[in-house]
Amino acid sequence: MMLIPCPHCGPRAQLEFTYERTLDAILPLDATPEDAARILYERENPRGVSAELWRHSFGCRAWLRLERHTVTHDISSAIPWPSVGEA
Amino acid sequence: MKRFSAWNLLRAGLEGQKRWPRDWRDAEPKPHYDVVIIGGGGHGLATAYYLAKTHGVRSVAVLEKAWIGGGNTGRNTTIVRSNYRQPQLQRLLEYSLKTWETLSDELNYNLMFSQRGALTLGHSDADMVKLAEKGDSLRCAGIDARLMTREQVARLVPLLDMSPAARFPVFGGMMQDRGGTARHDAVAWGYARAADALGVDVIQNCEVTGFDIQGGRAVGVRTSRGAIGAGRIGLCVAGNSGVVAGLAGLKLPIETHLLQAFVSEPVKPMIDTVIMSQSMHCYISQSDKGEIVLGGDPDLYPSYSQRGAPHRIEEVAAQAIGLVPALSRLRMLRGWAGATDMSFDGSPIIGPTPIEGLYLNGGWCYGGFKATPGSGRLFAHQLATGETHEIAAPFALDRFARGATIDEAGVGPQPQAR
Repeated sequence: MMLIPCPHCGPRAQLEFTYERTLDAILPLDATPEDAARILYERENPRGVSAELWRHSFGCRAWLRLERHTVTHDISSAIPWPSVGEA
Repeated sequence: MKRFSAWNLLRAGLEGQKRWPRDWRDAEPKPHYDVVIIGGGGHGLATAYYLAKTHGVRSVAVLEKAWIGGGNTGRNTTIVRSNYRQPQLQRLLEYSLKTWETLSDELNYNLMFSQRGALTLGHSDADMVKLAEKGDSLRCAGIDARLMTREQVARLVPLLDMSPAARFPVFGGMMQDRGGTARHDAVAWGYARAADALGVDVIQNCEVTGFDIQGGRAVGVRTSRGAIGAGRIGLCVAGNSGVVAGLAGLKLPIETHLLQAFVSEPVKPMIDTVIMSQSMHCYISQSDKGEIVLGGDPDLYPSYSQRGAPHRIEEVAAQAIGLVPALSRLRMLRGWAGATDMSFDGSPIIGPTPIEGLYLNGGWCYGGFKATPGSGRLFAHQLATGETHEIAAPFALDRFARGATIDEAGVGPQPQAR
């Protein structure tokens, strides 16, 4: 099980978190149908470092942006999402 | 290939089992093949076999990066059934199940295919309504299904917790009598042996590292053992479809997630059918060796690690013990995880890709093993003729953009939500 460093709560067990989607799969509301199909359905699916959107669902409930390795599960960065100035 | 027969087995026994030949050659890669199949799991080997057997295409290579059957073919819970809800999946899996029924004879290899029945339990009135509806739809499609009362289920599986205090009360069930299990490794070995006898080169320890693409057409692969030219190339690498397709610059509607399974220490026969549940993800069966085989939900985040998270073991064990309390006395022997291609509608992808000459067979989610023979036949048809078989047509890669998804679980484009 992963230990995920929540930017608000500190390191917490992965069971408190839910994986939402990869960061490149966030659909802007004004996307064209072609872009929407591409964003919803096409994935890099990397065997390596992946940028993902997670939520601390059973904790502070905040969204966070994880950079996580999909083989070793090493987490290289966990920051609030959207970060200040975005969205 | 030396055929297995009662006489040959007896004679080999008298001779001390010393004169059996190799089941398949250790083939060296040739510079060019009519068809190159990437991935030496059940699906890839089955595809090679049917290419040679049904379509007469003998210049075929199966490239496997490690050893055959070492990926998800050797990591599943060996369950075979065709009782799905969507008509496209019913056709595909019934086509496969019919092939399973005669496969041991056809391959001259004992796949230990055992039609011991696949029972789906209902735990509420709502479950029973869903099961009745599913059963009706199956019977309309000509697939066997039998709705069972609580009493019938209790007679069939006496070890189920039928007490008033049961954690998961059993209201009844739906049975597919023709469902069951098969020996998963034997499927890879049987297909490899039969394909090899027809001239297919099964090449192990040969990892594909890139594609040769000329003018938008894939004309060969680069591998750890040199470049190999190909008329057509088939991808059968479920779990790693995204990675291998990525070598050709493709992005697929697939995320790779972990699916775990566990076996207990072997015990005497106690469960002689496959037990599943309409409300939970818990699969219970007993192997011929006596181990109780358990499987459950995926780990719900993308991973290629092939190592599962321990909380899933606890959850599956809790569900299994809730259903069959006697299992609480068993010790777990092994647990493992497979990296599975989770497609965004829960259904496989079979057919052409945007790159000419490159074809995809992947996205099998939880259900790849049971589909092995059918998938092999359909993909062989695709690779031999260039045309998509009518049963495989709904599973085209472009169905997502067209909005023609086959959403068995009805949850849309979030693989972890199903």
